[in-house]
Amino acid sequence: MTALAKPAPDTAAPMVQVRGLHKSFGQLAVLRGLDLDVPAGSVTVVLGPSGSGKSTLLRAINHLEKLDGGYVAIDGELIGYRRSGDRLHELKEREVLRQRTDIGFVFQNFNLFPHLTVLENLVEAPIAALRRPRAEARTAALALLERVGLADKADAYPRQLSGGQQQRVAIARALALEPKVLLFDEPTSALDPELVGEVLDVIKDLARTGTTMIVVTHEIGFAREVADTVVFMDGGVVVEQGPPAEVLDHPRHERTRAFLAKVL
Amino acid sequence: MTVSITAPPGAPARRGPAPGPGSDPGPDPRLDLDELAGLRTVPARHPWRWGIGIAALVVLAQFAHGLATNPGWDWATFRVYFTADTIVQAVGRTLELTAYGTLLGFLLGAVVAGMRLSRSAILRSIAWAYVWVFRSIPLIVQLVFWFNLSYLYKRFGIGIPFGPTFGDVETGGVLSALGAAVLGLGLHQGAFAAEIIRGGIIAVDAGQREAAAALGIPRWRQGWRIVLPQAMRGILPAAANEVISLLKGTSVVYVMAIGELFYQAQVVYGRTGRVVPLLMVATVWYVLLTTVLSIGQYYVERYFARGAQRTPPPTPLQRARAFVRARPARTPAAARTPGGRS
Repeated sequence: MTALAKPAPDTAAPMVQVRGLHKSFGQLAVLRGLDLDVPAGSVTVVLGPSGSGKSTLLRAINHLEKLDGGYVAIDGELIGYRRSGDRLHELKEREVLRQRTDIGFVFQNFNLFPHLTVLENLVEAPIAALRRPRAEARTAALALLERVGLADKADAYPRQLSGGQQQRVAIARALALEPKVLLFDEPTSALDPELVGEVLDVIKDLARTGTTMIVVTHEIGFAREVADTVVFMDGGVVVEQGPPAEVLDHPRHERTRAFLAKVL
Repeated sequence: MTVSITAPPGAPARRGPAPGPGSDPGPDPRLDLDELAGLRTVPARHPWRWGIGIAALVVLAQFAHGLATNPGWDWATFRVYFTADTIVQAVGRTLELTAYGTLLGFLLGAVVAGMRLSRSAILRSIAWAYVWVFRSIPLIVQLVFWFNLSYLYKRFGIGIPFGPTFGDVETGGVLSALGAAVLGLGLHQGAFAAEIIRGGIIAVDAGQREAAAALGIPRWRQGWRIVLPQAMRGILPAAANEVISLLKGTSVVYVMAIGELFYQAQVVYGRTGRVVPLLMVATVWYVLLTTVLSIGQYYVERYFARGAQRTPPPTPLQRARAFVRARPARTPAAARTPGGRS
């Protein structure tokens, strides 16, 4: 294991703490004791070969995947469990759903709601989960659409948009909850090459504003430009992590080197 | 000497097997595509398509002629009874049975589908058993069962399960023949509706529910607002089938001597002996009602298809209006007006 110690930008506790994560699907162990710390306001890019558990890690962080072992805490709050004395109680679904409003998730396949307009996609969660008044949610949603450059598409249906536009809507939808951390699961993998840039630009813009983000991607150039920390995963554990210049240009581990040789 | 791929100008072009006499000389390597622009295109002809189509029309015409001229159809009697009070009332009764049966059936179906998809193994098992039982019993057998319920349970009461009863009434008083029919139809329909609804729900991409869960949307709202509207697209065609088959299925209720359409038609022909025209009365009414339901289905489906296509196709009515509007544009006078849309 590599040392987790890294000169943190602030002295406060990390925004995301992951300890000893274990997850198996049947016989297949996907996560095998994974540790990760993500400081507040930082961008962490997770790289790794397919099957290394990157997506499962993200899905475990917002408890879409039930864990076999280990813990996740966001801003000091344990996700999916409640501690009382020397016991951990599994949280009810309603409480997990409330916790998820702190965690924005952007899917590889966008997963926009096709029967709702762009605006309805954005206001749904603030109204249903945070009980915001509709007018307030609407104003906030329109501002977010402006921010991702799609103010004129508020009344369009997702299928009327290009893939890049859909993913930008999906990012705006995740932002509508004002989450403490944003998780991106290969946000550009389903896009045509010429549409990748517009989505990455939105993510870069968010990075500049100090949003805490974990991005699983295969875009090495993006990692180099935006990441504060690059994490290389293989076999369900973190193999090495550090600033992009270190991990991408001077990888210490053979597995990292082999992976980068293939994708660069 | 170099080997040339294109044939020399004088050589015969390469051909497929067995060229017919007089056919054109195959692909010419020097084919000038620019030259084709001025030529007239002759559509391929389909003499067999026309021949078979006309033969089918002749058979159909013969049948229509028979309908009109065969005295056995007895259209005069048909006219008398088609709008007769007893028949119209019977149509009302048929509609009533269909409406209550559909309502009860789909309410039950929604509950049972929800149970089958629930995370409780007990509810799942009960729902499975319900579907198993009520899909197994023929409707007519079930109806006769309900009709004879008072034989099985003389009194019907409300109380604590296996404990004391607070009050009870005679079964026959609660369950009239009509009540028994609606109950039978609804329970039967519920089993099929449950499977149709469940089928629609599981056909919705799992990513939809996952996205809703990731956004923290409460569970019931995930189902009601996100999954169900999308499931409706899959549910509706099959559900419309069910409603229509229930409409016709109400004719089975005649065994309980309820005055619905088929029963009433039978009563009339039992009295007058005019079987065929009365069957036609019932048939035409069933066709009419089915037509209305089918039109309703079209518009309901269209509503739930929103967002599914980039531009929704026009309704037949819109298409007809556009056609009527387009007509005058073809006259020379209208063609001259500027800004005419193509």
